[in-house]
Amino acid sequence: MQKLVDIVAGVTNGSLKASAVVEEHLARIVARESEIHAFNLVTADQARTDAAKVDEDVKAGKKVGALAGVPIALKDNMCTRGVETTCSSKILQGWKPPYDATVVTKLRAAGAVIMGKTNLDEFAMGSSTENSAFGPTKNPHDVSRVPGGSSGGSAAAVSAGFAAASLGSDTGGSIRQPAALCGVVGVKPTYGVVSRYGLVAFASSLDQIGPFTSDVRDAATLLEVISGHDPMDSTSIPQPAPSLVSVLDHGVAGMRIGRVTDLPEGCEPDVLARLEAAFDALRSAGAIIVDIKLPSIQYCLTAYYLIAPAEASSNLARYDGVRYGNRVDAADLNSMYAATREAGFGEEVKRRIMLGTYALSAGYYDAYYGKALKVRRLISDDFAHAYEKTDVILTPTSPSVAFKFGSKTDNPLAMYLCDVFTIPTNLAGHPAMSVPFGTGADSMPVGVQVLATTLGEQAMFKVAAELERSL
Amino acid sequence: MSEVAALPNGWQLIVGLEVHVELATKTKMFSASANRFGDEPNTNIDPVTLGLPGALPVLNQHAIELAIRIGLALNCKVQPCTFHRKNYFYPDLPKAYQITQYDHPLNIDGHLMLPGDVRIGIERAHLEEDTGKSTHFGGSSGRIHGSDYSLIDFNRAGVPLVEIVSRPDIRTSEQARQYVGELRSILLAVGASDAKMEEGSMRCDVNVSVHKLGTPFGTRCEIKNVNSIRSVGRAIDYEARRQVDVIEGGGTIRQETRHWDDATGRTETLRTKEDADDYRYFLEPDLVPLVPDQSWIDAVRAALPVLPAARRQALAELCGVDKDGESAFVVVERGQDDYVSAVVAAGGDPRRAVVYVQQAFAEQSATPKVPAKDLAALTILERDAKVTSTQAKTLLTDLIEAGGGDVSAMATKRGFEALDKSAVEAMVDAAIAAEPGAWQKYCNGEEKALGALVGAVMKSSKGKADGKVITALLQAKRT
Repeated sequence: MQKLVDIVAGVTNGSLKASAVVEEHLARIVARESEIHAFNLVTADQARTDAAKVDEDVKAGKKVGALAGVPIALKDNMCTRGVETTCSSKILQGWKPPYDATVVTKLRAAGAVIMGKTNLDEFAMGSSTENSAFGPTKNPHDVSRVPGGSSGGSAAAVSAGFAAASLGSDTGGSIRQPAALCGVVGVKPTYGVVSRYGLVAFASSLDQIGPFTSDVRDAATLLEVISGHDPMDSTSIPQPAPSLVSVLDHGVAGMRIGRVTDLPEGCEPDVLARLEAAFDALRSAGAIIVDIKLPSIQYCLTAYYLIAPAEASSNLARYDGVRYGNRVDAADLNSMYAATREAGFGEEVKRRIMLGTYALSAGYYDAYYGKALKVRRLISDDFAHAYEKTDVILTPTSPSVAFKFGSKTDNPLAMYLCDVFTIPTNLAGHPAMSVPFGTGADSMPVGVQVLATTLGEQAMFKVAAELERSL
Repeated sequence: MSEVAALPNGWQLIVGLEVHVELATKTKMFSASANRFGDEPNTNIDPVTLGLPGALPVLNQHAIELAIRIGLALNCKVQPCTFHRKNYFYPDLPKAYQITQYDHPLNIDGHLMLPGDVRIGIERAHLEEDTGKSTHFGGSSGRIHGSDYSLIDFNRAGVPLVEIVSRPDIRTSEQARQYVGELRSILLAVGASDAKMEEGSMRCDVNVSVHKLGTPFGTRCEIKNVNSIRSVGRAIDYEARRQVDVIEGGGTIRQETRHWDDATGRTETLRTKEDADDYRYFLEPDLVPLVPDQSWIDAVRAALPVLPAARRQALAELCGVDKDGESAFVVVERGQDDYVSAVVAAGGDPRRAVVYVQQAFAEQSATPKVPAKDLAALTILERDAKVTSTQAKTLLTDLIEAGGGDVSAMATKRGFEALDKSAVEAMVDAAIAAEPGAWQKYCNGEEKALGALVGAVMKSSKGKADGKVITALLQAKRT
């Protein structure tokens, strides 16, 4: 598979045609997409047009962007002007946004070629893509297994070579967990590093866009392009994008790597073994392993499943059939709302809307939502203490390798546990990324998660690059 | 002025007002769409206004500044604040939540003074966004329930609002009207809003309860759809009597929202507390806390104009009129107090200057065309009895029509010259002699009889005698 950086280099110096690159990727889509179902929509015609434009610009001697000719897939919860954006939900089926998300504008400006919109768990709620209204995505390493989720389509698209890179969104692990399960790199940046303008909201205080790529350098390159302050997003951090590619070869000598001694249980032994191997690799490279505790981590899953649904219940209230998306007609207004939402939302989305509505209701707020906010402060305090002693923290990304379809669909709590290692980062607003680090049970990929403090992306990428080099 | 008597049997009225004002910004609270009344429906819209998936709010700096102006003008503390989501379903609320301020509003703990030095506390003045405007067709009620279909105009959605919440310090419907009037004057003076109740850029919700002195406040009802200052008074008077009647009839007042019907002059139940929405307020995650710099607040305060109450006070002191009187109110409301000052500075008689402007300059702007020195000259002609007050009025009309001029020349052209006092006195004596019956009645204290005597003198002087001089002479002779 071609690396993103090699495509950019080749297209820019004229040794590679963007059109040819796009055709290679389209050919792989033709060969395997019916089996994988990574995409809700492949925009082949537009991709060919955009690639041809890049080639013309190169030929005309014009300066091309930092992603010239790179085929990129977008999770189908990012708005694309005039191109259907569904969130894998029936309620939005057919909706064509009148505007581009900020990340889409940045990608286009950098010369990227958008290949299409990828599948996800409906409204990004899930860990397997089994909650998509349009059917699940398959894991390219074993099509009887899930790709993870919610950004399963974006992870599978990179893993299957349908795109050189993709964007996903991560609310509780929705980039990192599918990256681990599909054997690719996935990054959740610090909250506020990448603009959320045009990302259809699931839980606004947790959602963050980030890249999927086949290696760490590609991830750094893509993240540099999509980050930076956006005046359209009030929660966007008002400072320039951090330089990441420049630190990749710095090594980890003297860096302090945190090992969490009170990590939640329930991890597969192979996954833990790969984590130990990662510590060994970093130690060999000159890093110092430091034991740390995160006492509040045991409450994070519960807190997350109050905060995220609470925000979701508010964010998803707008899908009422009045202005856009699907409407089910009924005798009066309230019946129309009810019928539209009954038909338009899937089971998991309904479950979370109900959970969140309840958690915010008068008489229950203090016991549920209010208490969850306290846990959020506690875990942030835990991390603050830990980062006094350490530069990054290493944990597993997912407790298990990719699981079989249907194995967790009857038990929502078992599914929620997939995110036990990824959720604390979102609650704290910190960056974290999953790096492929060998295989576990049934030769399925295992990811190691590198966590850092607010705007600690440089330290995180140094360690990720070292892990990759050590393989 | 008050049309309704006080409440019977020792009942005391308690009123608090919630006033929403649309801010006079160029663009909306959270987006770049135009904030303009009266445009074609659904033309001032964008993804943020329509609450499209993925759109995010960004605070309008100018809206914040106008809200701070309001807070400072109402003597509020301006503080760091946050935004919350107020969640409810309605077709004209595109996100299904309104962004508003909840437990940490921008402005708190202010007050506003009414005539007679009555102090009305301001609990808070917070920022929020307006909804779209629904129009319901078919059905009889004009409301969504039972209508055939509804149209929504999103031009108003996202227009910046400040909600000004008074404390329950208002005790009469007259005070409530004064409060709304004074608030409106302040909003206009600081340029925060055009405050047009008829266009809905200023809207009042009225909280009314009754109790007996020395007992706790009664249960309140909130009255909506009160669309004019006059309606504020009428709605309160109706609602207070209704509540007294219910309680005296052995009933109890339910906490509820009531709808004012201006045509029938009644309030009726809109919804009770039981079926009120649970708004599920929570901190708006798409916005960050707003922390206005002290230097910004100080700059806004320094740039505030002199407020209406202070201007009335200054005018009253300059002209020797009552600061709570009609002339001070009217002249300041029109912004003509600076002009009156200029007339006085040009040597004009202060009291006559303010009265002339109050009575004759209703159609004029804050800077009337008549030069201050010309109006000053007219007040002096009248003060020195060179013309009668009736003649002065005629000359004032001439002066306004001509846009200024030499009033002495105008008086001469009209043939106006006041008779000297001895000539008038002779005519008065003649009138007493000619109307002995009227004179006798007047001397017996029948003030109405004065008219016949004054009329007789006016007639014999062909209108050149000053009515005030005639009256003064008659009064002097009566004793």
